[in-house]
Amino acid sequence: MRLRAVDSERGHGSTAGVGKAKGSYLVSANDTIDPTRRDFLYVATGMAGVVGAGAVAWPFIDQMRPDASTLAASSVEVDVSSLTPGMSLTVKWRGKPVAIRNRTEKEMKEAEAVSLSDLKDPLARNANLASDAPATDANRTVPGKEAWMVMVQVCTHLGCIPLGEQGEYGGWFCPCHGSAYDTAGRIRKGPAPENMAIPVFSFISDTSIRIG
Amino acid sequence: MSGGHSTYSPKTGIERWFDARMPLPRLIHDSFVSFPVPRNLNYAYTFGGILSLMLGAQILTGIVLAMHYAADTTLAFQSVEKIMRDVNSGWLLRYLHSNGASMFFIAVYIHIMRGLYYGSYKAPRELLWILGCIIYLLMMATGFMGYVLPWGQMSFWGATVITGFFTAIPLVGEWVQQLLLGGFAVDNPTLNRFFALHYLLPFMIAGVVILHIWALHVVGQTNPTGIEIKSKTDTVAFTPYATIKDAFGMVVFLAVFAYFVFYIPNYLGHPDNYIVADSLKTPAHIVPEWYYLPFYAILRAITFNIGPIDSKLGGVLAMFGAIAVLFFVPWLDTSKVRSAVYRPWYKLFFWLFVANAIFLGWLGSRPAEGTYVALAQASTLYYFAFFLVIMPVLGLIETPRRLPNSITEAVLEKNKSGSGHPAGAAASPETKG
Repeated sequence: MRLRAVDSERGHGSTAGVGKAKGSYLVSANDTIDPTRRDFLYVATGMAGVVGAGAVAWPFIDQMRPDASTLAASSVEVDVSSLTPGMSLTVKWRGKPVAIRNRTEKEMKEAEAVSLSDLKDPLARNANLASDAPATDANRTVPGKEAWMVMVQVCTHLGCIPLGEQGEYGGWFCPCHGSAYDTAGRIRKGPAPENMAIPVFSFISDTSIRIG
Repeated sequence: MSGGHSTYSPKTGIERWFDARMPLPRLIHDSFVSFPVPRNLNYAYTFGGILSLMLGAQILTGIVLAMHYAADTTLAFQSVEKIMRDVNSGWLLRYLHSNGASMFFIAVYIHIMRGLYYGSYKAPRELLWILGCIIYLLMMATGFMGYVLPWGQMSFWGATVITGFFTAIPLVGEWVQQLLLGGFAVDNPTLNRFFALHYLLPFMIAGVVILHIWALHVVGQTNPTGIEIKSKTDTVAFTPYATIKDAFGMVVFLAVFAYFVFYIPNYLGHPDNYIVADSLKTPAHIVPEWYYLPFYAILRAITFNIGPIDSKLGGVLAMFGAIAVLFFVPWLDTSKVRSAVYRPWYKLFFWLFVANAIFLGWLGSRPAEGTYVALAQASTLYYFAFFLVIMPVLGLIETPRRLPNSITEAVLEKNKSGSGHPAGAAASPETKG
């Protein structure tokens, strides 16, 4: 930069300017020369180029994100009138299975009896509650409908589908890498780091649920 | 490319015409005809040529398969079955391609082990080695995406598990995963982009291969003694010596390849991949293709939290770290001697490493439970210890055997001790003084 600045000030051809600068100006490292208008133009042009390249690159990255049709298919309604206690059904939501389970009395009691300190992941992971809500059994369900588990049935380890009513905690068990979940879908053992996610959902009547 | 002293002299008018305009014949002559190679190269050194052949073969079979394949979740599985049953010679082309991928990886693993054994990564060949590591990474990405295309159960769930790795990244993990999938789960957008990338990446590999060969031809090949070329008697011309040796290696390799294609075409595959993908049902036991199994075992070996890093992120870091560590090998090995031939202790630890890597692969194919987990942890520990502890420390404390003064001296010494086989010696050009 300094060399160029010197030769532009003097209005010489570049070779001659560099030669002169070598002889008379390059004295020491802290010998400062004020930035010139040309320095400003170099930097400004360079910055404009970087911003332009970024603006062109963004659509090529952006096109990879979920498209409008994928996002539109993000709400489903399910009739659950046929589920008596102890029965489950699975619906597909956003390409993933969502388990809806009408839990038995025994399962609810087991889940309520677990103390928070025994949990690997102490957070409820319930999209209907604050993100720091503790993982009590009540926080994993909806008030008044405590028997119902509505949960994305995808292992939080690497995305396999755990099998229902299996494993040493009687909840879900992932056959891929051996994660065991309890009857409230909370991780109890194995490599999975989090409780299975509860999606945004609500009871729109006593017998139907809207997910998403 | 051969150090600037070209021996090419155009003989015909058309050769002179080209030489004055674009000296491609000169480049080919200097790189693949007169290029001097060490006279003592053994068959371990033929795998570079074999790998080039396999890359060409995979691109060729891949392009014709793409003419019959449909990258759509409702059609993909059927279109692959159509290739197998209806397309003329389709079964052969698909089996060549799917087994070709396995052969490609067998060859690359032998090639990498050759490099580790003879110290091929040591100065001035660091860049050559790093370019090779980049090719290996690109191969892994290509192989993974190719395995998703038939849209069977293993395709789908393999893709789910592997893209799931990215959710382990703190803060942006979910976003990155959705960017890769084009949705919230593996689906049609995923299949489409994987097909596009599976078609693209082999050509990127070909580009890096050109850089790899360029770097090789600047510094020259290593050889089993690890001693640099010192005089003209240390070398022979690439053609005919290396060309014929490489060609023979290729023929033997292709015979093995053909055995797989014609007799056991599904031996290295997984039967679950002949079931169409079902997003609501996970197969009982997900395993990746055999060539990823050692890394899969390392992923699953980390079942414990390490400080602030949870077990999931720890597993993913260990798995990527197992590949990343290869990039640093030129600086991790502190020994002044290249070849394991003159390093008795390194030789021992090297073969232990090979056995351990194969054992890790076997563990990767087992379910992650009971003693398998503990064994995988011990095995993972040795994998990393080999690079991070043994390589740097051994180079400082090991006493190497006496090195010969030159390649020629090494060859003649060997010839003297092997004088019980005069017929063989007479037939081997490298042993003629």
